[in-house]
Amino acid sequence: MSALLNLALTFGMLSLLAVGGGTAVLPEMQTVLAQQFDIDHTAFVHIYSIGQLAPGPNMMMVLVFGFQVAGMLGAAVVLLSFFLPSSILCLWVGRLWDRIGERPWRRSVQNALEPISIGLMCSGVYAVAKAAVIGPLTLSMAAVTLVVILFTRVNPVFMILGAGVAGAALMHFFGFK
Amino acid sequence: MSATPEDSSGEPNLSVSAPSATLWQLFYEFLLIGAVSFGGGIVAYERILLIEKRKWLTVDEFMATLAISQTMPGLNSVNLAVLAGNHVRGTMGAIAASCGLLIPGMVFVLVAGVAYSAGEDHPLVNILLSGVAAGATGLLAAITFKIGDNHFRHFKSLVIIVATFFLMSFLKLSLVWVLVIMGPISLFLYRPQPQQKPFEQDSSS
Repeated sequence: MSALLNLALTFGMLSLLAVGGGTAVLPEMQTVLAQQFDIDHTAFVHIYSIGQLAPGPNMMMVLVFGFQVAGMLGAAVVLLSFFLPSSILCLWVGRLWDRIGERPWRRSVQNALEPISIGLMCSGVYAVAKAAVIGPLTLSMAAVTLVVILFTRVNPVFMILGAGVAGAALMHFFGFK
Repeated sequence: MSATPEDSSGEPNLSVSAPSATLWQLFYEFLLIGAVSFGGGIVAYERILLIEKRKWLTVDEFMATLAISQTMPGLNSVNLAVLAGNHVRGTMGAIAASCGLLIPGMVFVLVAGVAYSAGEDHPLVNILLSGVAAGATGLLAAITFKIGDNHFRHFKSLVIIVATFFLMSFLKLSLVWVLVIMGPISLFLYRPQPQQKPFEQDSSS
């Protein structure tokens, strides 16, 4: 019971702090999950990666953390607490906006939040990379994926899947890390 | 917790030219997006649906809705679905659209997550996911680079980006504190200008 409450509070908080999208809360999520729910950084980045393969919003992978902590009930609690608070807030403000109209300070708030959210995304890259890049092989696969996605129009899912299969083959048959 | 809509029911907020669509159509169209949008870029799919395919929003309405989605916390694609659903069919529309968007990924993630939790110690699962994680790191870096592109070139933005990164990753402050510190600073730097200065675009030509 207290685990469910803890999950609800944690992900409800993350929901309302997710400025500029879900990736902004990745580093915080990784820290909190390790400290309070005993989900280590490797499991974190594995589950994050599963989310990248999923259709729809990639942050849906938060359900798996809920599942690992408290089964299907945990997943349901995380679903509601991660998506409901921000959605209700957005709905409420959206309606307010219809009534009062655009204001210069809304643009200011958005401009002010954008660099913060990019800074947090950089922290997210750093946090994920620390757990995912475990040797020369994973480093080069991350670098190749980065370059290919930046300079071509390949769907990222194929790149990630390719990295998984290629990496597994190299690690399995040649013992690379 | 904080904000709940006091007037969620009975508020005639679709006064101006609300487009007609059934809840089922809303749910179905967003379900399609939720099912086919592998690899991100969901907002682009939503743009096509809302402006071109179903014409539920005009271009101006879409841009205004997107702006609010980006300003508010939460996932941009979900916020956009909530606001678009609300625009078409009120609260029930918001629920239909966001559920549609979320359900396919939810099923995928639960199936994959249960399988992962069962086979977490399996060596093959682990090396497969190690490769996928390396790819996902590259993807996240690429997305950050693409989104941040303009900001990395402007001194004001760059200072905020570096300071935020430093507080979060090196001082390891909690996210609340990072926002409490950086929010007001950034808001001050980006406060509304009295004499409409264009947003640091090229001034020549």
